[in-house]
Amino acid sequence: MNHDVKLRVQNIEKSFPGVKALDKIEFSVRKGTVHVLCGENGAGKSTLMKIINGIYQPDAGQIIIDGVEVHIKNPIQARQLGISMIFQELNYIPEMTLEESLFVGNWPLDKAKKIDWKEIRKRTLALLEKENLKYKPDTKLKDLTVSDIQMLEILKAISYNSEIIIMDEPTSAITNKEVEILFKKIFELKARGTAIIYISHKMDEIFRIADDITVFRDGKVIDSKPRESLDIETVIALMVGRKLGKDFPKIDVPIGEPVLSVKSLSGEKFKDITFDVKKGEIVGFAGLMGAGRTEVMRAIFGLDAIHSGDVLKNNHVVQIKSVKDSIGHKVVMLSEDRRRFGILPIRSVRENISITNLKKFIHKGKLHAKDEYEAVKYYCDKMNVKTPTYETNISSLSGGNQQKVMLAKWLITDPDVFIVDEPTRGIDVGAKHEIYKLISDLVTEGKSVIIVSSELPELIGMCDRIYVMAKGEIMGVLGKEDFTQENIMRLATGTTSNI
Amino acid sequence: MKNFLQKLKKSNLMGTFSIYFVLLALFLVSMLANENFATIGNLSNISRQIAVGTILAFGQTILIINGMLDLSSGSVLALAGVLSVDAYVKTGSLIMAFAVGIIVAVACNILNGLMVTKFKTPPFIATLAMMAMARGAALLYTNGQNIYQIGDYVIFGQGSLLGIPNPVWFLVAAMAVTWYLLKHTVFGRSVYAIGGNEEASNASGINVDRVKMKAYIINGIFVGIAGIIFMSRVNGGLPNGANGYEFKALTAAVIGGTSFSGGVGTASGTLAGAFIVGFLDNIMVLVGVNSYLQQIVRGAIIALAVIYDIYFKTTRKKNKAAKG
Repeated sequence: MNHDVKLRVQNIEKSFPGVKALDKIEFSVRKGTVHVLCGENGAGKSTLMKIINGIYQPDAGQIIIDGVEVHIKNPIQARQLGISMIFQELNYIPEMTLEESLFVGNWPLDKAKKIDWKEIRKRTLALLEKENLKYKPDTKLKDLTVSDIQMLEILKAISYNSEIIIMDEPTSAITNKEVEILFKKIFELKARGTAIIYISHKMDEIFRIADDITVFRDGKVIDSKPRESLDIETVIALMVGRKLGKDFPKIDVPIGEPVLSVKSLSGEKFKDITFDVKKGEIVGFAGLMGAGRTEVMRAIFGLDAIHSGDVLKNNHVVQIKSVKDSIGHKVVMLSEDRRRFGILPIRSVRENISITNLKKFIHKGKLHAKDEYEAVKYYCDKMNVKTPTYETNISSLSGGNQQKVMLAKWLITDPDVFIVDEPTRGIDVGAKHEIYKLISDLVTEGKSVIIVSSELPELIGMCDRIYVMAKGEIMGVLGKEDFTQENIMRLATGTTSNI
Repeated sequence: MKNFLQKLKKSNLMGTFSIYFVLLALFLVSMLANENFATIGNLSNISRQIAVGTILAFGQTILIINGMLDLSSGSVLALAGVLSVDAYVKTGSLIMAFAVGIIVAVACNILNGLMVTKFKTPPFIATLAMMAMARGAALLYTNGQNIYQIGDYVIFGQGSLLGIPNPVWFLVAAMAVTWYLLKHTVFGRSVYAIGGNEEASNASGINVDRVKMKAYIINGIFVGIAGIIFMSRVNGGLPNGANGYEFKALTAAVIGGTSFSGGVGTASGTLAGAFIVGFLDNIMVLVGVNSYLQQIVRGAIIALAVIYDIYFKTTRKKNKAAKG
């Protein structure tokens, strides 16, 4: 079979404010092959795919399809060029029927310019038969499983005669059996000459279906080789790199009794979670996206329901049904999604900070403005928040300063246990360092910190112990002597369990 | 950088205070346009006319800042009003009548609040349902007949204290309460927070449902007072009265800068909004504008206010994006 290069990108560069997301990327995919992209979260894989799909425009570089340079301005154009993308987060309209969804935006019209439903039905049935799939055209999408909808997306790609199909972690939400169906389809597509770009973290999967593997790290292509010349250990080593965080202001402090213990906790997206955090300790939670780390913390913090198991504060079982309960037990959490769960847009820095503890400033039913101002000032100074005034709208601050305001808003409640979820995501190096310093200061004061992070150097540099999660379970816990990125990745990808 | 912040500050200033400039300009223009406008008698008259709608508007302001609204306030006003009048006619007690008016309106708004918080009904739908039910209940109770001969009940709407009409006293009280609640209480701060970002507010330890319920209860108190004043001013219990008043109230709040996307609004802005509408209606009558044209002007003002609100917001977003 002809395995000529179908798509090639050269010298692609892309920057976002404060970050170079892609740096001189070279990458190509051949007809009838699967090219796997792997790398840690934020390595730049998804950004590159969004460029190929026309969602982002590159700052520099070329995209070449079948030897011809193309400029892809939007996803519609990408589709016309034969590129389809199947997203990790499937967006679909639950009330739509299967056949409607196949032709949405691309409806066949009859002579009177009306949508030709008969034609749609005919083509849908033909497509389903050709692909040997047993769905009914009038099934509503809400009655299908995630894997069905994924299959439908592939079907859609086929119906557009796509020659390049991008799949972004397609197995993250489906069962093993469904994975087999998906792989069967992928092999069929390969046989037809379709070029497939497949993003995944899962090593066993990668080595089953890849023809070529490219590893991304920090916006660069680290290596790109045929599968035969790589093995799992090499790929993991390439993903994490050899860099180790040296520049962390962590001070060793004596570690005391357990402050927060979690016993056999189960919830919707995690099960049988047992761990503890001691006084003066920084505990890390590592894992890949979707491992369930955030969900565990949200449940402890009273945002999500706990199905079974106990949370103990200072060795006493506590009932946490709401965030208020959690604040009352002096356990607080900084959300990973600042925009959604963090900031109150339009409101001032002052209001954003005092919102967690307004009761403290009440005298005779009235908010005491001076007390509030002083508390806000104290924590802003402590966090070194750079803002013109405390009345400034929080939305006008930089990401790093917003994050410091978010930390200040929790410090004002005087917590014993501070859970920080991706505390340094998307902020500049200077602010990162300040946040590390603060975390270190907190444990010096005898508090405890849980860091959930996808940045391994950060966890290794700051933590006393690291728990690693995968698929909603704790896969293992590492002591300081075992801290290597390889050890963590091995547990996180579920490669081997013995260390 | 410094220059940019100054600009932003300026634009915020414009956003915050422009409404008062508009009010002032309208006042001056009206004064010049007609000599009868700026007389004590006429201004007192305007205040009395806008009192009922504006008291409703304060309730709406709190709800809209919180990300909700109340379409039922006109109907609930009528129900509370007729029951209050009826209570007076039957007992002869003004205190009793007042209490009945407030209790009925609060009860209706507790139902609104329950629909919104416990059953997660969108406020638009919940209060639309209440709008129909309350009007129906008012008509059913009175059998569609107005209640006349309300005796001393007229004191609420037609009496005066220290030379100032009672409705204006109620208006001032409602304004003061709204201002205090929004500015100086945990409740007020929570209202702004929830309207700005409900999920973040929940994650900050605010009991979102309780705040929403409180907002409806306070709205209920205002609706009850408005109902009593209204019936007292029209000299009877009118089950069909105050039709469409919810929109008067929404208009005042929106012109006053309360944003339907939530998180923004002030009591003083709403008061200014109500006076803008009041002045405009008054001057249009004084200079003899065609009454159908008046409606068009009123509508256009709402559109302009909302376009301004959205325009201001998008400028702010652009500023934010420019800064990263």
